[in-house]
Order: sequence, then C-alpha cells, then structure tokens
Amino acid sequence: MNFYTDNENLSFYLHHPEMEQVVAVKEKNYAEAGIHPEAPANAEEAVEQYDMVMRLLGDIAGDVIAPNAEEVDHVGPSLVDGHVEYAPGTRRNLDALIQSGLYGMALERKYNGLNFPRVVEVMAAEMIARADVGFATIWGLQDCAETIQHFASEELKDKYLPRIYQGATCSMDLTEPDAGSDLQSVRLKATWDEASNCWRLNGVKRFITNGDADLHLVLARSEEGTNDGRGLSYFVFDKADGGMTVRRIENKMGIKGSPTAELQFTNAPAQIVGERRLGLIKYVMSLMNGARLGVGAQSIGLCEAACREAEAYAASREQFGHAINQFVAVQDLLNQMRARTDGARSLMYETARYVDLSSSSKAASRVADILTPLVKLNASEFANRCAYDCIQVHGGSGFMKEYACERLYRDARILSIYEGTSQLQVVAAMKGIASGAYLKQIESYDARVAEGLATAPSAEMQHCLDVLRKATGLYSKLYDLAAAEGTTSERFEHSTRALTEVLSNIIMGYLLLLDSQRDARFMKSCRYFVRESIGQVSQHLAELENC
Amino acid sequence: MSFKIVVLAKQVPDTHNVGADAMNADGTVNRAALPTVFNPEDLKALEMALRVKDQMPDATVTVVTMGPPRAAEIIKDARMRGADDGFVLSDARFAGADTLATSYAISQAVKQLGKVDLIFGGRQAIDGDTAQVGPQVAEKLEIPQITYAEELIAVDSKEITIRRRLERGTEVVKAVMPVLVTVTSAGADCRFPNAHRMLRQAKDEVRMINADSIDADMERLGLKGSPTKVKKIENVVLAHKESVVLEPTEAALNELSATLIKEHIL
Repeated sequence: MNFYTDNENLSFYLHHPEMEQVVAVKEKNYAEAGIHPEAPANAEEAVEQYDMVMRLLGDIAGDVIAPNAEEVDHVGPSLVDGHVEYAPGTRRNLDALIQSGLYGMALERKYNGLNFPRVVEVMAAEMIARADVGFATIWGLQDCAETIQHFASEELKDKYLPRIYQGATCSMDLTEPDAGSDLQSVRLKATWDEASNCWRLNGVKRFITNGDADLHLVLARSEEGTNDGRGLSYFVFDKADGGMTVRRIENKMGIKGSPTAELQFTNAPAQIVGERRLGLIKYVMSLMNGARLGVGAQSIGLCEAACREAEAYAASREQFGHAINQFVAVQDLLNQMRARTDGARSLMYETARYVDLSSSSKAASRVADILTPLVKLNASEFANRCAYDCIQVHGGSGFMKEYACERLYRDARILSIYEGTSQLQVVAAMKGIASGAYLKQIESYDARVAEGLATAPSAEMQHCLDVLRKATGLYSKLYDLAAAEGTTSERFEHSTRALTEVLSNIIMGYLLLLDSQRDARFMKSCRYFVRESIGQVSQHLAELENC
Repeated sequence: MSFKIVVLAKQVPDTHNVGADAMNADGTVNRAALPTVFNPEDLKALEMALRVKDQMPDATVTVVTMGPPRAAEIIKDARMRGADDGFVLSDARFAGADTLATSYAISQAVKQLGKVDLIFGGRQAIDGDTAQVGPQVAEKLEIPQITYAEELIAVDSKEITIRRRLERGTEVVKAVMPVLVTVTSAGADCRFPNAHRMLRQAKDEVRMINADSIDADMERLGLKGSPTKVKKIENVVLAHKESVVLEPTEAALNELSATLIKEHIL
C-alpha cells in the first residue's frame, strides 16, 4: 500500500498554485540549478521531484512503518545499561528511511539534504503519522537539525548536519520536573569549562521524547544568578561524547514506541548554539513553532488513519441486513470525521506555505505565526475527536484490543498536550485576535474567493461565502462584547477559546471554499465548516449576550 | 579490473492488479491493459547483487532486460535502488522469443560486456513461470549455475557461498567465479530506491540495444529462433468435478489413504 498515491489530497496540495512561489524561495531562485546535480531548474521540475520522493516515502510508510506499528506498540523501547534500545520494528523503520536517503529532507544540499520546503516536510510527517504516530515523533525531531542550520556556527553545522543524512537521531531537551509549559523555570546548569574549551551540562531533563537520541538540543541556564528566560542558552550535545545517562523510560498511555526518557547530565560536554541568553527567547521559540506544525501533521495523519479505519469497518460491518454505512447516524459520524480531517489539512498546508515564504517576506512570517497555533489547536483536537468517533463507528469491537482504533485513541491523547497544550495555543492566538490580524487574513481569503466566483460563478459557493461573511460579522460582534471591559479582563479571558475556535472554523471554511474552486470534491467538507462557523458563533454570542 | 555483476530482469504484468479487460476475446493476454511491475524474483536477485556490491564497493551492477522500450522503467528503478547501469534489448527481431531464443539474445548481450564475474536472475518470471532462462544463459555462457538461491552467505572476488533450496531443506554451496545464480522468492526483499539517486537519475536515459549490437545469429532470435509453438491458449477455471463425503472415522481415513496411494496421488 502506498500512503501517498492512495490519498489524492496530498498530490492536490503538492500541486497548489502557490507552490511556484514556495519553490522559488526555497531554491533561492534556482541558484543551484546546473551546479548541483539534484537541484531543479524550475518549479515544475521541483514539484516533480517532490512527487517522486513522496511516492517513495508513501511506499515506506505503507509497506514498512504501518505493518510494524502494532508490534512496536506492544514491544516498545527498553532501557539497557542506561541507554534506550528501540523496539525492533522502530529500528526497521529507521533503517528503511535512512537507506532511502530521506533523512535530512529539509537540510541544504551541501549537508546531503534534499532541500525540500516545509510543505513537503509536513506531508512526509503526515504520511508517517498515519502509519504510526509514535514513530512520527522520532522522525519529526530531525527539525532540530534545522535549528542548527539556522542558528549555529559554520563549524557546528559542518560537524553535525552531515550526520543527519546518515541517520543520527535528534531530541529537543526542554522539559524538567519543575519546568513544563513554564520553560522560563529551567534549571539545568551550563558552565563554561575553560580547560576543555566547552560548556558542561549538569542536571535533569524529564519527559524527553526520543531522549537517548544521538544529538540533543538542550535548553540550559548559562547565566548564574538569573531565574527567567533571559538566563537560558541553547546547546548541542553529542551522545557519543558521554556524560548523559537515561534514568528511566516513562510508561505511557500511547505513542509507546517513542521512548520518553528522563535524562541525567553529569559534566556532559556541549557546544553553544548561536548567542548566549537567546536560548528560549529566540531559538526555542523558532523550534517550537516548527514542532507545533509537526504535531499538526502528526494529528492529521492520525485523523486520516482513523477515517480510513472507520470507513472500512462501516462498509464491511452489516447490521439489520445492511452495511452500517447505510445508516444516517453512522454517515454523519463518518462525514464529520472526513470534514475535520479535510479542514485541518487545508489549514496545515496553507500554514506550511506561509512558513516557507517567511524567509523572504516579513508579512508571510506574520501570517505563519498566527496560523501555527490554529493548526496545532484544531488538528490535535480533531485527532482526538476522530479517534473517539472511530471507536464509536466500530461499536463494541472498537473497545477491543484487536482493532487499530484502540491504539489510535491512545496515541491521539498526547497530541493536544505536548509541544504546547491546546490552552497555550489559545494564548498564542490572542495576539492575532486582539490585533485584528486574523480578520485581515480572512479579508484576503474573501477577496480570493470572490475573485474566483466572478470568473466561475456557483450558486452553492456564493451561498457558502455569504454565510461565512455573516459568521465573520457575528465574530466581530462577539469580540466586541468579550472585549467590552478590555482585553485583560476576566470576561475576555474566558472568551478566548471560543473566539479562537470560531475564527478557526471560519478560516477553514474559507480555505476549503478556495480548495473547492480547484476541485469540487471539497464542497462537502466546506459546508460542514460553514455550518459550524455560523452555528458556533451564534451560540457563543447568545451566551455572552445573556450571561 | 573491477568486479562485474550482471542482473537479468524482466518487466512483467502485475498479476495482483488484473482488471476485467486483461484478456482479449480470443483468449490472448491484452498486455496494453495490464499494469507492469519489476518481476518480483528479479528484485530479489537485484538485492543479492547489491549485497555483493555492499561488500565490494568497487563492484559494478549492470541490469539487463529484454522487452519493449517501456521496459526501461525497470532499469531506471534498478538504478535508483543502487544498480550502476543497465540497458534494454529492444528490437522487433527479438519479438516472439521463447526461452531458448531469449537466453540466446541475453547471453550474446552479456558477452559484449567482457569479463563478467557474477550473474544474478530471478528463478522465474510471474508471466511465464518457466524458470528456464537463467539456467539456459549459464549453459550458453558455459559457466556454472546455482539455482534456487535463498541467501548470500559469503562472497569475495573469487568465490561465492549461497544457501539454496532443496525439495526437503536447504544446502550451502560454494562456487568459483564466474557463476550464475537464480534467486527464489525466499531471497531478501529488495531495498527501496534512494531519494538522492532518484533526483540525480530522473532525467538519465536508458540505453536501448538492438539485435545488430550483440553479434547474434539472426536465425536464432525471436520467433524464428523459437522452437516453442503456442497451439492454443485457454482459460482454465478450476472447479470440483467430483467430491466424496467422508465420515470422520479412522476407517474412512484409512480407506481414503489407500485410494490415493492406489491412484498414485500419494
């Protein structure tokens, strides 16, 4: 089975009209064309390359990673002499991906990377997560290499980045026993060792995904006497240099193949990434935004897996003389699952395009910043909902261990927690809500939809547009009511989740409307978000007006 | 001189994806309607060749196939998986070849490559199931052959050790180069293509070799060189013609055994 060719939505987003711009930015206007044998000469050629490599990855996801998922979930990693040993299936997954040259997908060619844009990277993550979310965490942590590429010295880049292509795994060591969501409280100490010309790390990190990785990015307190984020710097630690042991592997509810470890650093030698004091303020925030988009991709992969499990079961399970997918109650569940998956996916690829354009445009960077929390929030919540509904479609069978939906349900739960909880995503969205940046973005979508309708009129699409406009108007009213006592008032804070969700639904409605103008098959999912938008905003408005 | 490995491969109809229009009304195969794949056992042979190359980085792997120009797809595929080179024997004069004419054309093509140390091929192709081409090539090249190979045990520039399947078990055999090895479906799965090789080779053309380039006797090629004549092709539907209901008793089972032995079925 090929997880790329069996899902035409992926090719749809890979061939999005704006990919031409994305490729031009990533390829720096094709500066390497004719110089490097792998560099494309134009957007068409680049997209062909992405398509080819996604087919390869789709094969590995479908034929290697997915068949291993159940065994990996049962066996899990083990702790041997202070180090982690992956489950055998995890090792097979890694070997297939490394041997296929897929590691370092986003790295520059001089580091043996493929120099692919973020859009393609999240597509790969989506497919791998559809096969096994736990393994997707290990795969996704190669994002750490991009932090090194963007912020580390040339010397460190040359030392570490070529190892990613060879399959060196990564981890992002942020959390500590007393520093979870509040990373300013990080205490792990970094001290300069003049004699060895390196930093020394001492302390404990906790809940570290893929904690025994080859290369670690460690957030540590380098400035003695500080106790906030400005005293933190970012370090790269190479496991081969010693000084770190794994104290335990957590026994988790889901993503069991992904080793979550507690680490003890004892005089571990490390190199600083970028400048002192910018660890949390600049580098972690940059990495975190990428990681949040990555969790979005994991979530959508899980949504896709849940949809397919539910659709296949509903087509084969007969009750009362009919397949259960003939019953409206089941159809509603399946349609909602599919719509949520479509909406979150459209939002994710839209965001990924803006992330790609960020390096050449501050405006694009601002849009990427406001859309990223919406991707993380909605995709992860939808993944939980899809996993829940997938079991519901399976009925009693779904409660049994024999069906994959049980694993999906457990795996989904972490998605709305790690790399920033849903509640923190709402906080992250507040700036865009208060500044009106989301409304400005909606205006641009509105103009594009209207332009499309002017050349290709459609009564149904016009109706959807009208309802979305009405919902946007009501959102403004909701915002005014919520912010009547100021944006620092308790009333406003209580309304932030509702405001964020309403905006999300409106934006997904618009994006699916734009997708529908390219391919009418998205209309069904578009209508779902149009209904959700108007229904939800009206309900919140009624609540606020009457309470 | 570098170590030279040749892999014999064939592009075949994908029998796992046969549509309703796979057969013509006259019972012949409608090849145009069939998707094609790299013959599965040839992929196993390619993997064994690449494992030899893993141990001897100077070795070169050349994939040889015979077929229509479209067969270039499997040469490209093989290169993306790690083969160094390959070509298609493609010429109307090769058309209609049975195993004798096919093995002749291939052996002539291999001779043009100079000294070859190892030749790998799948045991058989899923469209013909003859298992004859590999052994016939070995005979025509006058080199030893190891058939039914399952596992590469060891290799150096002079000898190869292989585990091969027997009717009841396996045996490990050693041969001195040059040797031809045919690999069964029990061989290791072929590695996936490599993304970097894909990008580098996407535009590389595949060489097409015609009958004039292999120093061949034209009378021994294609239909002319094929003593096999297809008289008729039939669709065979397997169905129970007669059945016997047995009581679940020892006596009934003994009686069944006796009957099967008597009729030389057991």
